[in-house]
Amino acid sequence: MKKLTFSIYRYNPEVDTKPRMQDYTLELEDNQDLMVLEALIKIKEEQDPSLAFRRSCREGVCGSDGLNMNGKNGLACITNLSSLKSNKIVIRPLPGLPVMRDLIVDMTQFYKQYEKVKPYLINDEKTPPARERLQSPEERAKLDGLYECILCACCSTSCPSFWWNPDKFVGPAGLLHAYRFLADSRDTATEQRLDDLDDAFSVFRCHGIMNCVNVCPKGLNPTKAIGHIKSMLLSRAV
Amino acid sequence: MVKIASTFGRSGTHDYILLRASALILASYAVFLIAWLVCNPGVSYADWVGFFGHIGVKIYTLLALTGLLIHAWIGIWQVLTDYVKNSLLRGAIQYVVVIALFVYWFTGLFVLWGV
Repeated sequence: MKKLTFSIYRYNPEVDTKPRMQDYTLELEDNQDLMVLEALIKIKEEQDPSLAFRRSCREGVCGSDGLNMNGKNGLACITNLSSLKSNKIVIRPLPGLPVMRDLIVDMTQFYKQYEKVKPYLINDEKTPPARERLQSPEERAKLDGLYECILCACCSTSCPSFWWNPDKFVGPAGLLHAYRFLADSRDTATEQRLDDLDDAFSVFRCHGIMNCVNVCPKGLNPTKAIGHIKSMLLSRAV
Repeated sequence: MVKIASTFGRSGTHDYILLRASALILASYAVFLIAWLVCNPGVSYADWVGFFGHIGVKIYTLLALTGLLIHAWIGIWQVLTDYVKNSLLRGAIQYVVVIALFVYWFTGLFVLWGV
């Protein structure tokens, strides 16, 4: 048997005056490995039903259980305990967002930034096609690595620029989606989208430290997408 | 779009271009100055006067000071907007920094004028 210690961030605004860390111990078979989410469910069911966290699909698709595990953001449902390489596991909510309770954060600011980039197709052609707007395989391929984002917020909440200016800097997740529509051959609002991003904060507060790339559970590269947006802004400016 | 008056450029793109263009001037000037110092060990006052008396060096130095003014204006503004959340305090610090940068620029101008 092996013993794992979990130090988990606890805060219930109705009862606590300030947050605290609470320790739990979990015993596993020597060859047993669990996902962090499974461990959290086990702790909640067997030791402390008051522990609060979000989860839904438990297979890395819904993006509900973004957490900070041993200092790195990720999805609890697809993070193996063994991958954390420690017998002490520190679990905190995603950094930079207001905590509602325990590991549950208020995502309002994150969604506001997402909403800002108009994450939907805009096409102002007078006569819509009879059936659908076609794309060539090459045009469609430009959306790969962009559309897969599940909005778990792991990237934006690992970004210092988003921590300091969450109301002004769109953040890696929002900008990945912004480029997803800038790169879409069917979208006709490119100029308007670029106008909306051409200030000192929305895009240019990204200094390319690549924390977002480091933590993205889907293996996406928001920094690259942001680089493309900067290139588009620069090429129309010079 | 976020409207900001206290930065240097007219837009985010303008700031971005100015920041990099001024960085190129500052980096090349630093290399130029270090290279001259390496090539002229034991520099005397007469060497300094001769060096800075050259019209090309005067222009390059003024260009570098202008680059410093623009680069630091935008760069310090970026740092301040990250870390100083009180807008009155941030404005005051920005004001002092910009004045200091102009002092450097004018000091450089008058020193070069006199060489």
